Order: sequence, then C-alpha cells, then structure tokens
Amino acid sequence: MILMLADTLAKEAAGQNLLAIFFAAAITDNILLTRFLGMCSFLSISSQMRASIGLGLAVIFVTACTGAINAALYWFVLIPLERYGVPASSLQLILFIVVIAAFVQLLEMVIERVSLGLYFALGVFLPLITVNCAILGANLFLINKNLTVFEGFVYSAGAGAGWAVAIILMAGIRIRLKTARIPAALEGPGITLIICGIMALAFIGLSGLIK
Amino acid sequence: MPPDTVSTPGGALARQFWAENPIFRQVLGICSALAVTNLMFNTLLMCGGLIWATSMSAVTVSLMRRLIPQRVRMITEVLIIAVYVIMVDIAMRVFFPEIHRVIAAYVGLIVTNCIVMGRLEAYASKNTPFNAFCDGLGSGLGYSLILMAVATVREVLGFGTIMGYPLPARELWWHQWTLMVMPPGAFFVLAGGVWIARWFAMRREAAAAQSPPAPQAAPPQQGGAE
Repeated sequence: MILMLADTLAKEAAGQNLLAIFFAAAITDNILLTRFLGMCSFLSISSQMRASIGLGLAVIFVTACTGAINAALYWFVLIPLERYGVPASSLQLILFIVVIAAFVQLLEMVIERVSLGLYFALGVFLPLITVNCAILGANLFLINKNLTVFEGFVYSAGAGAGWAVAIILMAGIRIRLKTARIPAALEGPGITLIICGIMALAFIGLSGLIK
Repeated sequence: MPPDTVSTPGGALARQFWAENPIFRQVLGICSALAVTNLMFNTLLMCGGLIWATSMSAVTVSLMRRLIPQRVRMITEVLIIAVYVIMVDIAMRVFFPEIHRVIAAYVGLIVTNCIVMGRLEAYASKNTPFNAFCDGLGSGLGYSLILMAVATVREVLGFGTIMGYPLPARELWWHQWTLMVMPPGAFFVLAGGVWIARWFAMRREAAAAQSPPAPQAAPPQQGGAE
C-alpha cells in the first residue's frame, strides 16, 4: 500500500500538467456544454441569478471532494480487490453513488452545525446535488481517463468550476432575455437550449488554448 | 402539472408516451442522453437500457412500496435503479464491446436520470406493479422516440448515413454538416424539436379555446417544468 502511494506521488510529480487538466475540464471539455450533464437542474435553476451562484459553488465543492474520495476508493480499494474476483467496474457505480449521497448528507449536517448563515444560503441546494448527474459523471470520467487521486481532484474541481461558470453565465443571459421578444412556443426551455448551443460553440472555440 | 391519477395501465402508458412526454412536455432527463445521439445505433442501445431500467425498477419499487421506510426512500430507489443499470452495463459489455467503450459512462449515468427517479417517486411508489410497469415503459418509449428522432437528424446531416448505412448516391448531393456531429448540434436539434412540439400544442389549445362547445377534457396546462 505504502509502495503504491509513493509510486502515485512520484508519478504525480513527473506527471501531466495539472493546470492543463483543470482548464480542459472547465473550458474545452465543459461537462455541461459538451457532455450535457446536469441539464435538469441547469434548465430550472438558471432562471434565478442568486440561486445559480449558490448552486454553482456547492457543485464545485461537492464535485472536487467526491472526485478525490472516489478516485482514492477506486484505486486503493476496488482495484486491489479485483484480484479476489470482485467486479470493480460493476461495483464502482454503486460505490460512487453511495459516496456522493453520504457526502452530501454529511456536508449538510456539518454546515448546519458550523454556520447557520451558510446553511440557509447553500442548504436548499444540497438535496438537488445528490441527483445532479454532472457530479457522478465527473467521477466516472476521471476513472475512464485513468487519472490518479490528485489529478482526479484537479479534474473534478475543474469540471465543477466549468458547470458553475456555465450556469452563472446562463443566468445572466436569461435576465436580459426577460425583455427580449421570443416566439411564444420557444420561451423557457426552448430558447435556453439554443443559447446553450451557442455557448457550447464559443467554448469549443477556445480549444486552441490547450494542447 | 397534470395529476398522476390515470389508473388504467394503457392510460398510464399513453400518457407517459405522448401527452406528458418526458422530454418535450417536461424537458427532463436529457442529461445522460444527448451525448450519444450523433449515431443512431448507439442511441438505440442507450434507449433500450433506459426502457429496461425505468420499467423494471418501477415494478420493483411498486412491489416493495409498503416495505421501504419513508426516510431512506430515495437512497433505496437509487440502489434499485443501480442494480438494473449494472445488468444493462454487463449485457452491453458482452454483446457490443466496441460501442460499450464509447458510451459506458453514459450508461452508468442512467442511474441519475431524472426521468427514472421522477416516475418512481411520482407514480411507482403509489401504484400497483402492472400499472407502474406500463407507466415506466411509456416514459422510456416516449424518451426513446425523441432521442431517435434527434439521432436521425444528426446522423443524416452529420455523417450521411442511416444506422451506419450510407444514404443513396450520397456522393452526388450530400455535404457534411460538421456542426451536427459536435455537441452544439444536439442542442440546436432538440431546441427545434421542442419549438415545433410546443407550437402544435399551443395551436391546438388556441383552437380549443375558440370553439366553446367543446366539453371534452379541459385544455392541458401550458408549460411543464419551467
């Protein structure tokens, strides 16, 4: 175990550019705009600016933490167990969901104890987060990409940040939309989807930044 | 939101398939699926997995609805869905290994698909197993209908093929529209679909409102999830 840990750390020191991982996850590989994850809460919450900021921050925090926890559990518990016939790839799904649900529950209790102000600001969004597919998605993708624990943490923080940026931008655009003349049948989800498409184009346009 | 009170199995199926179509009427559950809609065959597999997961987990939850304690209801339901999704995942890995490599993560994401969870919460946990099965099947089919439509548009315009087979004489007239292969294409096609569907719905409502002696069924409420 210790050998493995040392091995991972050495790999990280020599490893990929963490900054590149972060920006790829947040901008060019934006989890919402290029992978369509977390659309349900995005479409409903982005009509309110304050709520979007709160939910965005909560998503960054939960994604980054669960990403690190799940990557650690996957590499140091499930993979070693695979030798004894445990089907790691099937179990990871259940493991990840339980970890996310438990983490959100714990976080809710901690925030309630520590700071009531923060609890009232973020508390209402926490249940929404358990079913946000962006978080489970980021966790599954970092396993697919074979990232180590620390890289996984950076990747999922980037994915969360990308999601937050997208929802806050969209909330800002929707404020302006209230005064725009939109065909009646296109109001609400329809126009939001079209703007998502345009935003996705813009984000893809940035892909030259990262090699 | 119209009441979930239709109690006949056929009624539940039809309501979920068309009248309350999860995507067009409610704009739910597009998360895990838009990403696979640039090829029809991948979409077909994904839809099959979703239909299996919604209908079977609805039956299971309905059978256990008196056993599940209220406080741990959500997590129990999630675990039930996860079991069926893992079955799909294993089956797909055995029969379609190449496609599985591309869409594996999205198959896993069926677990957090709002449609599955929503139907379990709203219907299966309160109704008998066969009704719940039909309700789940209807939602799954309604979702598949829309996804296959989106996938057809994207594959024809983006790759010039249908289910992997090239269009007739495509060298002569067809030109690739790269945007359709890329993620923004999915947003634009789906938005177009929502637009058309809502436009028809609104026109029908307006027609119903203009002819007062039309006592059948109150006009459906406008706008699903906002």
